[in-house]
Formats: sequence, structure tokens, C-alpha cells
Amino acid sequence: MFIIDCPYCGERDQTEFTCHGEAHIARPSNPNEVSDEEWGRYLFFRNNPKGIHFERWTHDHGCRRWFNVMRDTVSDKILKTYKMGESRPEVNE
Amino acid sequence: MKYSIFNLVKNSLSYHQNWEKAWNSPDLKSEYDVVIVGGGGHGLGTAYYLAKEFGVKNIAVLEKGWIGGGNTGRNTTIIRSNYLWDESAALYNHAVNLWEGLSSELNFNVMFSQRGLYHLAHSIHDMQEISRRGYSNYLNGIDTEILNKDQVAKQIPHLNVNGRYPVHGALLQRRAGTARHDAVAWGYARAAESLGVDIIQNCEVKGINVSNGKVVGLETSKGSVKVDKVGLVPAGHSSVLANMAGFNLPINSVPLQALVSEPIKPILDCVIMSNSVHVYVSQSDKGELVVGAGSDSYNSYSQRGSFDMIEHMMAPLVELFPIFSRLKMLRSWGGIVDVTPDRSPIIGKTPVKDLFINCGWGTGGFKATPGSAHVFAETVFRGEPTDISGPFSLERHFSGALVDEAAAAAVAH
Repeated sequence: MFIIDCPYCGERDQTEFTCHGEAHIARPSNPNEVSDEEWGRYLFFRNNPKGIHFERWTHDHGCRRWFNVMRDTVSDKILKTYKMGESRPEVNE
Repeated sequence: MKYSIFNLVKNSLSYHQNWEKAWNSPDLKSEYDVVIVGGGGHGLGTAYYLAKEFGVKNIAVLEKGWIGGGNTGRNTTIIRSNYLWDESAALYNHAVNLWEGLSSELNFNVMFSQRGLYHLAHSIHDMQEISRRGYSNYLNGIDTEILNKDQVAKQIPHLNVNGRYPVHGALLQRRAGTARHDAVAWGYARAAESLGVDIIQNCEVKGINVSNGKVVGLETSKGSVKVDKVGLVPAGHSSVLANMAGFNLPINSVPLQALVSEPIKPILDCVIMSNSVHVYVSQSDKGELVVGAGSDSYNSYSQRGSFDMIEHMMAPLVELFPIFSRLKMLRSWGGIVDVTPDRSPIIGKTPVKDLFINCGWGTGGFKATPGSAHVFAETVFRGEPTDISGPFSLERHFSGALVDEAAAAAVAH
């Protein structure tokens, strides 16, 4: 994972980037109506998988834009990078 | 067999070839009253206190690798209890109280050395933070001293107090220090086994069997086992185990690195931590400098950290201690730590009946080993949280009553 392929800038050194945790977490559309448990799950609970992980990164020392990464947390190998708003890639085992 | 001066002399006559094994490798039985998953210090300690203080007879500790091979043998061995909030102060100070008697309790020298720990302050804001925390510690009965720049410079002569990271003062806890991490795992393993606990190494849990909302058994690499109660103490793999039982945790697993230098003569007689510039250092009894710092930002189970993180800890170290600049670093390694949103552990019940969890210690679990094990043993035995473990329940993430030590702990701690 020494090189990360920013969807906007191309391949850059990993030290230019920061990871910001799991991607594709939808904020409840009715925050006033969900229970404390549902809200807690949204805020704090994460999948934290040993295997394929979808996560958000920023290119801090480059374009400063956010994008998503599909990565294997066992090997740290990056399988795909894609822009915010694009749908989650299929996992081909 | 008790370790004593008499037995040392006796065994020296046979050139130390006939010492008994510290613990055996029994086969996995088909049924246990309590199974602890995870043979690190916290898990072994839990089994020990369950047997010793609560009289539980039929206990097994299942360890995926070998005793002392996980985070217990990978940390920087720092012990302290100067946390900000009352809940944390109670928990970590319970641990320090137990550390003080641990070597004689276990009949195993864990080399607990209360050499004192200095939290450096590099700005007015840092001074305000350590003052707030210092007075909070004082009110909680934790020994603490707030030192000014001259006092720090006098105590730590090699520290560069006028450099790029000027030192304004420090928070000193004299009861803090270090211990030998391997010895903690070995001591608890040996003491637990002497009370009848089965320690099963190379035994990975592959599945957790739940029936009508209650845990009933485990599938392991050494076969199935029926259980009455299970305590999960798996550190970095907490989420993996929780998923086997059908629930999620508010945890991210990230790599945390440490490294040691070549051994040198005694030069640093205390533990130095700096939250602002992100490094901590102490000198082991072998003479190596033990250095650690922050965790990586991304989730990983690789037991490797990123390369630039090493530079992030070395740069402030040589700025604070220019005398260390020519030392060679001999080894570096990573562990996988389970970090919670508030940097406090999760100890207590889970959505599955009779399945308890002790996890989320993140970057600072070693210091709490005896206290964590002790309160978790009581929690498992009673089936209910104790006064100390209560605030650290999983439910705090729903109620909002977080024990937010992210500021006081600031970095890996």
C-alpha cells in the first residue's frame, strides 16, 4: 500500500493520504425518530472486517478531495479506488 | 513448585536442566464451565482470578497462537493510572494497586519497576491540560505532581528543553513505570494452571454456537467444546469474534508500532511521554531504548504498520534527546489494536446471554492487565458488571455516557 491511486491525481505516495474509516454509511434520514440504539449504531458501530474493507480517504497533501478505497485488511493491498458517490464495487472472491 | 532461593540453589546443582515446565499443554476437553478466548495477559489473568477468587473449577483459556505472542508481548510495557475521568481513574488505579503486589501474588518476577513517568508539556495549552488532569488525579487519590521547566530539566538531564519542542513542564506520576511484558503472560499462565486452568495453545476459535440467545459452545481448530459461559478477550480480533456470535462492535482495528534501539548503558531512569509531539520512550533493563508512538489511520489485521510512522516517532525523539541521534534501531514490529470511539475499553455483557467481552483497550491495554482481568473475572462470575466495570459497558454507545479519554490519552498510551 505504498502507492495510492487518487481518482483525481493518479498514483501518489501513501504519506500524502489519510484514512477516515468505513465508507457507505448512510445517515438516518429521520434522526428525530430513530431510537438511541439505532443512532448509536449509526455513530459508533463499524464492520471492521478481516478481509475486504470499503473506506474513505482524503488526499491531504494533493487535491484535498475525498474518495473511496476497496482494500484487503489482511494484506493491505488496495483493490480499487473510486470517486465519492459511485456505487460500491462488487467483491469477486 | 514454588520458585524460591532454595529451589534456585537446588536446581543449580543439576545445571538448571531439571526445572519443571511452567505450564503443560493439555488436550481440549469436551466441556467447560468457563472458556476464555484469548491467551494474552488480560485473558490469562481473568482465568487466574476466576479460579483463585471465585472458585471456578473447570476453566480453559484458548489461544490462537502461543502464550505471549500477541499484543502482550508487543507493547512498550508502560504502566500508569493518571487518567482524567473518575471511571478510568478507578479502573487503572485498581490495576496499579494490583501491579504492586503482582510478583509475590504470582510467585513470578514480573519486574514491575515504579521508575516514574513524565508527561511532557510543550505549550501553554499542554500545561493547562496536564494541570486539569493532575488536579483530577489528585481528587481521585492518584499520586501526581505538576512540575515546571526547571524541575524537569534537573530530573532528566539529557532532555533538550529549549529546542524545537520547548518543554514548559511535565505531569509526573511516581507510581507509574514499566514491567516485563512476557513475564506477565508467563506468570499468569503458570499461576492459573497451578489452580487447574487448562491452557490450550494453537487453538483458534472458528465459530460460536448460540442457541435461543445463549452461548452454548465453540467450534475450534482442535474440535468442538460445550460451554456454560464464555469470556472473549481477543484484542485486535474482537470484531471477528463478535461477528461469529452475530453482533457488531464499535471498534476499528488498526496497526500500532514500536521499536527498540541497540542496548546502551543506563541513561534514562524514567518513562517519558509526549502527547503533543507524539513519542514515548523508556529504557529496558537490557539497556535498549523502547520507543513507541501513534497508530496508523487505516484498519488492518496485517501486524505491520506504515513506514512513515517510524519517522513520525523518531523525529521528535532525536529533537527531545539529541544524544540518541546516533543510536541504531535494531527491531521494529507492529500489533493490531482495537480502538473504540472514546479510547476506553468495553467490559461486560453482550447481546448474547452468558457471552461476555473485554476488549477495546486500543493502544493502552498492557498497563491495565491485572485490573482488567480482576474486574472481568468478577463480571463473568456474577453475570453482572461490577462497580468498576459498569461504566465501560457496550450500552454506553447507545446512552451516550462515553468515558472520553481521547484527550487525556491523546495518543497511543
